Amino acid sequence: MADLKITGLHKRYGHVPAVRGIDLEVPSGEFTVLVGPSGCGKSTLLRTIAGLEEAQEGTIEIGGRVVNHMRPRDRDIAMVFQNYALYPFMNVFENIAFGLRARKTPVAEIETRVRRAADMLGITNLLDRLPRQLSGGQRQRVAIGRAIVRNARLFLFDEPLSNLDAQLRDEMRSEIKRLHQELGRTMIYVTHDQIEAMTLADRIVLLKDGLIEQAGSPLDLYERPATHFVAGFLGSPRMNFIPAKLAGNGTGMAVRLADGTTLPLPGNRAGLSASAGRAVTLGIRPQHFSRDAAQLSGPGAAQLSVKIELVQPTGARAFITFPLGGTPVMAELAAHDAREPGETIDLYADMNRAVVIDPEGGKVL
Amino acid sequence: MTAALPAVPMMRRKGVRLALRYLIAVLLVIVFLFPIYWLFMMSFKTPGEIFAYPPVWYPKSLQLKSYIDLFPNGDAATVLNSLILAGASTVIAMILGTMAAYSLVRFKTGGENLAVWIISQRMVPPIAIVFPVFLLYVFFGWVDTYHGLIILYTAFSLPYVIWMMRGYIEDIPLELEESALVDGCSRWRVLWRVVFPMARSGLFATAVFTFIFAWNDFIFALVLTRTEVTTYTVQVTHYFGGQSNFWSKISAMSVLGTLPVFIAVATLQRYLVRGISMGAVKG
Repeated sequence: MADLKITGLHKRYGHVPAVRGIDLEVPSGEFTVLVGPSGCGKSTLLRTIAGLEEAQEGTIEIGGRVVNHMRPRDRDIAMVFQNYALYPFMNVFENIAFGLRARKTPVAEIETRVRRAADMLGITNLLDRLPRQLSGGQRQRVAIGRAIVRNARLFLFDEPLSNLDAQLRDEMRSEIKRLHQELGRTMIYVTHDQIEAMTLADRIVLLKDGLIEQAGSPLDLYERPATHFVAGFLGSPRMNFIPAKLAGNGTGMAVRLADGTTLPLPGNRAGLSASAGRAVTLGIRPQHFSRDAAQLSGPGAAQLSVKIELVQPTGARAFITFPLGGTPVMAELAAHDAREPGETIDLYADMNRAVVIDPEGGKVL
Repeated sequence: MTAALPAVPMMRRKGVRLALRYLIAVLLVIVFLFPIYWLFMMSFKTPGEIFAYPPVWYPKSLQLKSYIDLFPNGDAATVLNSLILAGASTVIAMILGTMAAYSLVRFKTGGENLAVWIISQRMVPPIAIVFPVFLLYVFFGWVDTYHGLIILYTAFSLPYVIWMMRGYIEDIPLELEESALVDGCSRWRVLWRVVFPMARSGLFATAVFTFIFAWNDFIFALVLTRTEVTTYTVQVTHYFGGQSNFWSKISAMSVLGTLPVFIAVATLQRYLVRGISMGAVKG
C-alpha cells in the first residue's frame, strides 16, 4: 500500500493556479524529491499534503485514508521547515518534546524518545541550550529531531537546507541520507537544488508550472530525459543545446549543425529516418566529451576538431568552452587533457548519450 | 589679518557643548519631575508646612497623618475600586482583544475593512458618548455598579488592544504556528503555547497602557457612579471644597493613586521598552 497517493490534485490561490492536476504515488519507505524552479508548485504541493493549504480538487490519501478534510495534526505527518521554526523561548529539549507534549505522551516516554532522537543527530550536549545559542546547522538538526521523535508515517521536508552555507549543506545532506537509511521512513523532500535531488532521491519528481514534467529514478531522468526542460534542469554544468537538422547519413541518421559539422547518430536512432531534414536541438552533456575515444560508452563516438575559447580549471577537472555549430559549448575534461585558449584539439562526443529534441514541443525524440 | 576659526581648541568646544546639553537635560528633568516631587512631599507635610512661605522644600519630619486620615471613612478604598475596575477590564480586554487580533491576522476575518473600522472606534471622544451611555445604563440598571464600568472600560480598550496586538502577531513567523499545527496543536493551543509567549513583550506593553487608560479615567467614573463604586480619580475631586481645599488629603490620595501604576511600570519596565520598540520597527 502506498504511504501517499495523490489523485488529480488542483490548487489555486485566488485565480492563480499553483498545482494543475497532479497524480503521484509514493510507496512506503521511499525518499521522493519534489524538485523544480521557483514557482513550479512544489512547496504548494507539499503544504497541501501537510494540510496547511486546501486543495480545490483531487484527493490525498495517506496510509490508505483520504485526508483532504483532516487537520494537519491528524494526518500522521511530521514536517521540517526551511527556517527551522524553532520556538525561541524554549530550550532544545522542550523544542523537540513539543509535539509529544501536545499529544499528551507520558513524561517518561518523552524523555526516552527525545534523548534517542538527540543521540541519532548528535545534539545530546545541546539539550539545555536555547535556539539563539545554536549555529544554523545545529538548529536544523533540532528541527529534524523534532520531526523524527514523533514516529510519523510521512516525513515532509520543505527546502530544509536552503538557509545553510555550501559546506554545511553538504554535511546535512549526508545526515539526511543516513537518517533515511536508519529510519526507513517515507520522506518527501522539496528542493530547488538539483544536486540535492540527485544525491538524496530514490525517486525524483520534476515539476514545472504546476505539473509533473517527469518522474523516475535520478539516473532515469539524467540519462533518459523526456523533455528539453528535464534535460536542462538536471546535471551540472548544464547540458549543451545546439540547434541542428536531422540528415540521412548513408547507413543511418546524423545531425547536421549550423556550421556544417555532421555528427552521426548511433544505429538505434534509425527510427528518426522519417524526419530527415527536420529542425531539431541536439543535447549533449559536458561530461560526454572526451579526448580518448576508448573512454566513451561504446561505438557511436563522433570526432570533432574544436578551437578552445575558454578554460575553467577546478582542480582535477577543467571546463573548456568552444564554439560548435555556432553555439558556445562546454565540455568537462580531466585537467591534464585541457589545453590553452586559442589551441585546437581533437574531441570525441559520445553520441550514444546525446539526446535529440523537437524544438517545437520540447519533447525528446 | 585672516579671519580664522575661534581660538578655542576643539576639545574645549566639545566640552562646552556637552556641558550645555547636560544642563538642558537636567533642567527638563527638574521641570517634569518637580510637580511629582512636590506632590509627594506635600503628602508628608503638616498643613502649616503646606502653606508656608518661603516654601518648605523638605518637611521637618515625614507626617503620615494625611494618609491615615484616608482610611477610616473608606476614602482609601476607592483606590481598591480603581484597581478592580482597571484590572478586570484590562485582563478581559487583553484576552478578547488578542483573540480578535489573531483572527484578523491569521484568518483575515472581515478583510481590511473590519480592522480599520475597529480602530476607528478609538477616534470617538469619550465625552461625546458619556451621556448616551448614562441613559443606557440607567435603562439596564448598571449605574454605580462594578460590572457596568468594567464593561465600559473593556469596550473602550478593545480597539486599542486589537490594533496593537495585530501588529505584534503579524511579526510572529507563520512557520512557528504551522509547525505547532503539524506537531499536534489545536488553534487554541497554538494561541496559548506559541502566540502568547512570542508576543509577550507586546502583551505587557499593551496591557500597561490599557490599564493606565482605565486607571486614569475620570469622565466615565464621574457620570456613571454614585456612592458604591467611587474611583480614586473621582474621590480626589471631593476634597476640593467651595471655600477651602483639603490639600493634605488631595496630595495623599493622589500619591496613593499614582503608586500602583508606578510599581507596575517599574517592574515591567524591560518588557515595556522592548514592546514599544518592537511595535515601532517592522520586519
